[in-house]
Amino acid sequence: MARRYSMVAAFAGLIVAIQVATRLTDTPYHLTQLTMTAYYSLLIAGLCMLIGYAGQISIGHAGFFAIGGYVSAFLTTRNLSAHKALPLVSLLRKAGVLVAKPDLYGGDLLVVHPWLACAAAILLAVAIAYVIGGPVLKLRGHYLAMATLGFGIIIYRVALGTAFLGAADGISDVPGFPLPFGLVISGNSSVRVSNYYLAWGLVILGMVLLLNLIHSRVGRALAAVHGAEDAAGAMGIPAARFKLNTFVLSAVFASVAGVFLTHYNGGIGPSEASVMKSVRYVAIVAIGGMANLWGALLMSLVLNYLSLRGYFGTFDDTVFGVILILIMLFAPDGLLRRHLLSDLKRLVSRSDAEEEAP
Amino acid sequence: MTILSVRGVSKRFGGLQAIQDLSFDVAAGSIKALIGPNGAGKTTLFNLISGFLAPDCGEIYFGDAPVHALPSHQIASRGMVRTFQHIRLFPKMTVLENIMVGRHVHSRAGFLAGMLNLPFTWKEERRIREKSLGILELLGIAEHAGKEAVSLAYGQQRIVEIGRALACEPKLLLLDEPAAGLNMRETNEMGRLIEKIRDMGITVLLVEHDMSLVMEISDEIVVLSFGQKIAEDWPLAIQKNREVIRVYLGDDA
Repeated sequence: MARRYSMVAAFAGLIVAIQVATRLTDTPYHLTQLTMTAYYSLLIAGLCMLIGYAGQISIGHAGFFAIGGYVSAFLTTRNLSAHKALPLVSLLRKAGVLVAKPDLYGGDLLVVHPWLACAAAILLAVAIAYVIGGPVLKLRGHYLAMATLGFGIIIYRVALGTAFLGAADGISDVPGFPLPFGLVISGNSSVRVSNYYLAWGLVILGMVLLLNLIHSRVGRALAAVHGAEDAAGAMGIPAARFKLNTFVLSAVFASVAGVFLTHYNGGIGPSEASVMKSVRYVAIVAIGGMANLWGALLMSLVLNYLSLRGYFGTFDDTVFGVILILIMLFAPDGLLRRHLLSDLKRLVSRSDAEEEAP
Repeated sequence: MTILSVRGVSKRFGGLQAIQDLSFDVAAGSIKALIGPNGAGKTTLFNLISGFLAPDCGEIYFGDAPVHALPSHQIASRGMVRTFQHIRLFPKMTVLENIMVGRHVHSRAGFLAGMLNLPFTWKEERRIREKSLGILELLGIAEHAGKEAVSLAYGQQRIVEIGRALACEPKLLLLDEPAAGLNMRETNEMGRLIEKIRDMGITVLLVEHDMSLVMEISDEIVVLSFGQKIAEDWPLAIQKNREVIRVYLGDDA
């Protein structure tokens, strides 16, 4: 347990060190991409739990991210002031479900409170995860991959084709997300530092929860299901229920990430639901070492940051595709592990030997 | 008292009648063996009893309750636990962790309790660990607790698998060829272990090919041939049964 939390402390130290470095070098703009990276990392941590520990692949998690983001964006921007005479609307307003504020042009804006929008977004993600997870998780291997891919495509096409979700433009003008103590999740540069810490604080909280889970009775049962599902069943472990719960848990992480990043960015577009995003998340879990939460987190930090800063240019999606192929071919246990160097040396010396052979 | 009752069970795979109208009872506190030539349907029967397969017709009662419609994990949680002919230990887990998985049905920390690391789970984990270590000591493999389970010698892996089943505190233990792959000394030790398990009050039903082991430890034997029961008796009577001799040695014997 000491080791578990000392890693958390070390990671928190890294987050602080990065912020201090941007301060010393007077480059605070890096924090914007690093904050966005944090929310993607939250999704990736949940996905790592599903893929690495429960042994179930999902190539549709951008879908859950988009469900979170779109529901929250829609509810907090949909203006109901034209209907405020309706008894239901006024009742909701009295109950605090709806909040009024002036819009940019001095008009009235009556929208759902962000907290309730967030709750609705997560609940919808949970409901959808349960409904599709039940039948889909009965599938294995490529069949499961294809089914989750199909789910991702459906969410993407729905986002792209639905007029009230902004179709190809998505939803913009999403307000900041108010928190206690005067904090707010928003991309406004005046709250850049606090948002950086809020986002990574959320990631660290998520990591603590997942690390606890891995080292619990449930974590042991998941490892058993992953290792030998029939034997786990013979020990009384309901494999289907444990897989489904993990799927839903990872969907919650993805939808929370979607909600907060949408409020941070002030909007969301259909590209967040695209299949290439889902592939990217899987690639990062893979390069992190599958059943390696810290590996996935560090790889997410590096790769998402580089991607968001535009280092991969127009080859952004290509990079993640290539990563996935290379990892599967040469380092299926991921990049961050103890014996990687010696394995590479052996690989090199073996190919030398093959060349020398007649 | 009967702990397990198989009543008129049949199972067909395509054109193969694997089990046909099979009935027998297992008395609580006994060691009962299922024998028969290869392909007689012994493992199919085990899969039917333990819920890995559903019978086409017939009923299986565990105690007073029908279990033939239940999935394997529910049957296990009721106290009927099996091992596998091909050892199925959990890879990437230590011997101790493998045994600890066996405590699953006797503990309750769920997803939320696990994520929040609630204080009751600490006590529960400690109890799981102590109980599992106790089982390793009982089996004489405590010194291997920290090793990766699948790295052990074959015979020891079998013991770990039985230990994992014992950690479930079963009322009925189903052993699928517990002596397969063991040498003579290990087979003898396995016989002693099975008797010890019976003396702990756990009923044992086993499938086994090693006849000397079966004859030595069993209280009763069921003989299967082509999915049907051809004999059910105590060991000495089975050895003299003409039908059994014919099935095992051929018509000329």
